[in-house]
Amino acid sequence: MSKARASLSRTTLVHLALIGYTLIAVFPVFLTLINSMKSRNAIFRNPMQLPTAETFDLVGYTTVLGQGDFASYFQNSFIVTVVAIALVLLFGAMAAFALSEYRFRGNTLMGLYLALGIMIPIRLGTVAILQGMVATGLVNTLTALILVYTAQGIPLAVFILSEFMRTVSDDLKNAGRIDGLSEYAIFFRLVLPLVRPAMATVAVFTMIPIWNDLWFPLILAPSEATKTVTLGSQLFIGQFVTNWNAVLAALSLAILPVLVLYLVFSRQLIRGITSGAVK
Amino acid sequence: MGSLQLKSVRKSFGPVDVLKGIDLDVKDGEFVIFVGPSGCGKSTLLRIIAGLEDATSGSITIDDEEVAAVPPAKRGIAMVFQSYALYPHLNVKDNMGLGLKQAGTPKDEIERRVAKASSMLSLEQYLARRPAELSGGQRQRVAIGRAIVREPKLFLFDEPLSNLDAALRVNTRLEIARLHRELKATMIYVTHDQVEAMTLADKIVVLDAGVIQQVGSPMELYNRPANLFVAGFIGSPGMNFVDAGRMGVTDAKTIGVRPEHIALSREAGTWQGKVVHVEHLGADTIVYLESEAIGTLTVRLFGEHHYAVGDVVFATPSADQTHRFDTAGQAIR
Repeated sequence: MSKARASLSRTTLVHLALIGYTLIAVFPVFLTLINSMKSRNAIFRNPMQLPTAETFDLVGYTTVLGQGDFASYFQNSFIVTVVAIALVLLFGAMAAFALSEYRFRGNTLMGLYLALGIMIPIRLGTVAILQGMVATGLVNTLTALILVYTAQGIPLAVFILSEFMRTVSDDLKNAGRIDGLSEYAIFFRLVLPLVRPAMATVAVFTMIPIWNDLWFPLILAPSEATKTVTLGSQLFIGQFVTNWNAVLAALSLAILPVLVLYLVFSRQLIRGITSGAVK
Repeated sequence: MGSLQLKSVRKSFGPVDVLKGIDLDVKDGEFVIFVGPSGCGKSTLLRIIAGLEDATSGSITIDDEEVAAVPPAKRGIAMVFQSYALYPHLNVKDNMGLGLKQAGTPKDEIERRVAKASSMLSLEQYLARRPAELSGGQRQRVAIGRAIVREPKLFLFDEPLSNLDAALRVNTRLEIARLHRELKATMIYVTHDQVEAMTLADKIVVLDAGVIQQVGSPMELYNRPANLFVAGFIGSPGMNFVDAGRMGVTDAKTIGVRPEHIALSREAGTWQGKVVHVEHLGADTIVYLESEAIGTLTVRLFGEHHYAVGDVVFATPSADQTHRFDTAGQAIR
């Protein structure tokens, strides 16, 4: 009895903490959303107020959709994010598999080397990256961004995935070997489905910084044809005058695709077909 | 078809020698069990035979063919794992058929073999289920079925019963014994459970510290253990070891007597002792004695006996069933 009561108060506390955190996390998004639908005056006079009949104004959205090529910006962001995630997951998982599955000289060192990337920000290498991109003629292409983001995402992916892959039963992989599956088949058909929740986690962690990044699009691909949403929104931020309606509207719109991607991956997080493989 | 020869097989992980030169000859159709305490190298040896692990040196031949450079799938073996290791995304039928499919066996042949194996293991009604929808015993039967459909030269079992509960373990043990009789296939089985070893094996290989201690039929090992390790490992409860000097024997270092080869009496006998604990198992009664002359003694009596803790009793070993060991622990015959 006392145990049940203790756990009830415990869950209550846990939930209170989580709700508090959620409110703090969601508040800026909420503020962005409500203000994107208000007139300019209302944004400044009552930033916290919900849009009323008087202050309701979609001028931000009309500006965004009318001015600049936002559809193309969205497309650019989407292509860069999706391709970079795919590459990070593919190469990260393959490296993680090699590190966790095979015994070879320098295995631990290689793992540490790959994990170093988590600690050293890739932006420190911006100048060298830019020089490289200029030399290879990749400036102002989406390829440049994809390459940089792939490099940026792989260390964390390797780190997380190799830990998870160590938990996949050796017996299962060996059973595959005895049944004549190639190492690739074992990787793609046995191991990857089992670490799918970890893959989804990595995808989410990789996706958010890429989608939100301003730095590399600004430096590597600022041309009109390759602008991403984050960079495109800067159009409305001036040195002296900022079109807040448009900025907020652009940011609100930018939430949508990333939300869709998140929903796709989070469904994977809770999938449970993997249970029952091994005891 | 289905013989196996190992010649001075060694395996080291870095500076650690796990197997120190294993020589073994398995004839076609034999049921051979590797038994030993954990860490003795028995699973490593099985994995080397399977090709999942490379031997550091030595040769392995299956049906007179050297297989050191042959990948696991081409060795003509099938393996059943402790953790079942079923493919979670495939149903029972595809789990059993995958190996054949990879080998390019025609579809109707796969169908035929899966049907045969599943009827042998009464798995017919589960063929469409995924492993997650099966109980532990059913999963292990599927894993065994997966081995059967390959019609291998060698069946390898890696502690297949360890994950099952006691009742299922006995059933599955009988099942495996029946399969061995029906298939007449060569089977190699690893376990740390000496009851499994004694009940299933034609030939038991006792391993300790990477060395084969003794190879023989269950009764050979029981009646004529080669050394102290085998004598202590085979048989439950374990053999009593008495310092030979205390018994007045001069041509041996240690005398071994199995608990079931000791008679108890309240009146007279060789050793006097006090009962310190009694276990009533119904069919057996295990009595633990503390004797001033020779130390602790375990006695196994058949049927029910009523001894109480503190009773003073006399134990007498049956004369022709004692084992003598020299200072190196080797049996004196």
